[in-house]
Amino acid sequence: MDAILLIDFGSTYTKLTAVDIENEEILATAKDLTTVNTDIMIGFNKAYEKLLKNIGDKEVNFVKKLACSSAAGGLKMVAIGLVPELTAEAAKRAALGAGARILGVYSYELNKHEIEEIKNKRPDIILLAGGTDGGNKDCIIHNAKLLAEYIKDVPIVVAGNKNANDEIEEIFNSAGVFYKITENVMPKLNTINVEPAREVIRNIFMQKIVEAKGMKNAENFINGILMPTPAAVLKAAKILADGTDKEEGIGELVIVDIGGATTDVHSIAKGDPSKPGVTLRGLQEPYAKRTVEGDLGMRVSAMSLFEAAGTRRIKKYIPNTKYDIEERCKFLQQNVNIIPQTEEEYEFDEALGMVATEIAMERHVGTIESVYTPMGIIYSQVGKDLLNVKYLIGTGGVLVHSRNPEKILKAGLFTMETPNYLKPTNPVIMIDKTYILSAMGLLAEEYPDMAVRIMKKYIVRA
Amino acid sequence: MQNGKTVVIGVIGADCHAVGNKIIEHALKEEGFNVVNIGVLSPQEDFINAAIETNADAILVSSLYGHGEIDCRGFREKCNEAGLKDIILYVGGNLVVGKQDWKEVEKRFLDMGFNRAYPPGTDIKLSIKDLKKDLGIEE
Ligand code: B12
Repeated sequence: MDAILLIDFGSTYTKLTAVDIENEEILATAKDLTTVNTDIMIGFNKAYEKLLKNIGDKEVNFVKKLACSSAAGGLKMVAIGLVPELTAEAAKRAALGAGARILGVYSYELNKHEIEEIKNKRPDIILLAGGTDGGNKDCIIHNAKLLAEYIKDVPIVVAGNKNANDEIEEIFNSAGVFYKITENVMPKLNTINVEPAREVIRNIFMQKIVEAKGMKNAENFINGILMPTPAAVLKAAKILADGTDKEEGIGELVIVDIGGATTDVHSIAKGDPSKPGVTLRGLQEPYAKRTVEGDLGMRVSAMSLFEAAGTRRIKKYIPNTKYDIEERCKFLQQNVNIIPQTEEEYEFDEALGMVATEIAMERHVGTIESVYTPMGIIYSQVGKDLLNVKYLIGTGGVLVHSRNPEKILKAGLFTMETPNYLKPTNPVIMIDKTYILSAMGLLAEEYPDMAVRIMKKYIVRA
Repeated sequence: MQNGKTVVIGVIGADCHAVGNKIIEHALKEEGFNVVNIGVLSPQEDFINAAIETNADAILVSSLYGHGEIDCRGFREKCNEAGLKDIILYVGGNLVVGKQDWKEVEKRFLDMGFNRAYPPGTDIKLSIKDLKKDLGIEE
């Protein structure tokens, strides 16, 4: 039987998914610990053996083996722009959508201290933006000069004012910097254009970063490490929402992925005001938007989650818990491998998941502000209106293995207590039960129609 | 024909009068300006950020609802702070409430650092003439 092998070299686990391409079914999944520090193939081979065992005595022939990776720290990036709320923010959004972990966002003309800081952060790629097309070019040129002088060995993606490109080319060429120039992330004020930069980032990831992270030998066995894992998830989300030429999508959706260290939210939605008479302000949002909350997680980030939420907000979900909230969070952060055993421990983890979902959604969605006038109230909106999104989907280990994913995800819904956050009101709540989203993002590279059909089959009501 | 100059326009503060803003955009475009319109309900910071990114030559602030004086206070200082040192600032619309002596009102806005201020009912064509002069564009 012909099958496809999809591999996710995760930060902790290497996860394999085998897809039967004739029957469009998931044949089997398996995982083992990622071994990037020794040889990435050791963990892979262990997982592969398990996978073959799970497949049983069927004869399979893997016609394609595709991978994504967030191993070795994932794709680490620094984003640089001019104004913090404008090109710096646009650059950050482009990098997030490319699946990066953002180590820092910088704006205006950099100084030597900041250059030193960027260097010490050891990014895999730097995204350099600044100025609308025809707008300011002094800043991006200044920053290009500093980068060329002090940080020669990090690939740079240039996505700023096109009028500065010729000069930047000269600067980088004569300094021998590896760089790629692409379209401006903000060609006109408040208009965002993140796709070209995302594509270039992905290409550099494939060409250079995979090798730099010591994963090149994986490519002897597989056809390629195509993208960072979060980019695969975003890709799956997009194709599931929009469909393909042949296969209809399910419509606008939001995906929540709670982890030990971060909580990711992806939305595939226009986000235009759903009510009349609302004025939209500020930088346009990407249609496919990803946000990452580095302070919201169940283990490594349990204490920062506590700091962001506070006792009362967590206690709202577990009013009768015997735990001191702060103490328990501290404990979980110090014991990251704890798996809940008792009812109380389960409930505590659930509450953390709910608070992480609640806050991560608040930060992802747009907000509305009312302006009072003698004529009545008028509204101004910043960010995406996700009130009418059709689906809210949970993925990632915490939600997939939870007893009660629906309850956790519901903490991300619109509430009259904070009506200015434009969160989904009444979506169908689904769960990525077989944990296949990143695999489907990879499958979509080769067989997009099939990826849509399989997701429709395997992503189920929570 | 483009004249190579960029102008940021918008309506300041909690002011939602949108019609004049569109007319100004249209009139400036006809005269060859590159217009960056940040629209209604715009705080000072939005004007300034827009002017920085687009390397604007001038900012035209509208205020129609009568609170122009409060909304515009400190605008020039913020521009200086942001490095927009010699940017041209105009303000117009219905800047204050009720019938006040225009000369008085104008003086208050000029003292705030605006290069020019316009009374209600000003024909935008006249202001554009001034703007061209101030930017050194040949008629
Ligand atoms: C339509 C209107 C509304 C609509 C606005 C709809 C919308 N979204 O656009 C609604 C009903 C929402 C509204 C609400 C209010 N309005 Co009203 N509104 C008007 C009205 C009738 C017409 C405005 C208009 O569109 N004019 C047509 C355009 C083309 O002219 P313009 O806006 O003046 O702009 C031109 C010039 O001023 C100039 N210009 C403007 N800006 C600048 C800047 C520069 C640099 C230059 C050179 C020139 C320039 O060029 C423009 C183009 O030619 C005026 C009265 C009037 N006849 O002007 C009142 C008026 C502006 N409103 C007024 C008021 C008080 C209000 C309210 C506070 C309450 C109320 N009493 O209605 C609220 C405020 C809401 C808010 N938060 O902003 C007052 C303002 C009083 C003052 N400043 O002393 C006015 C003058 C009515 C009055 N006489 O009382 N309003």
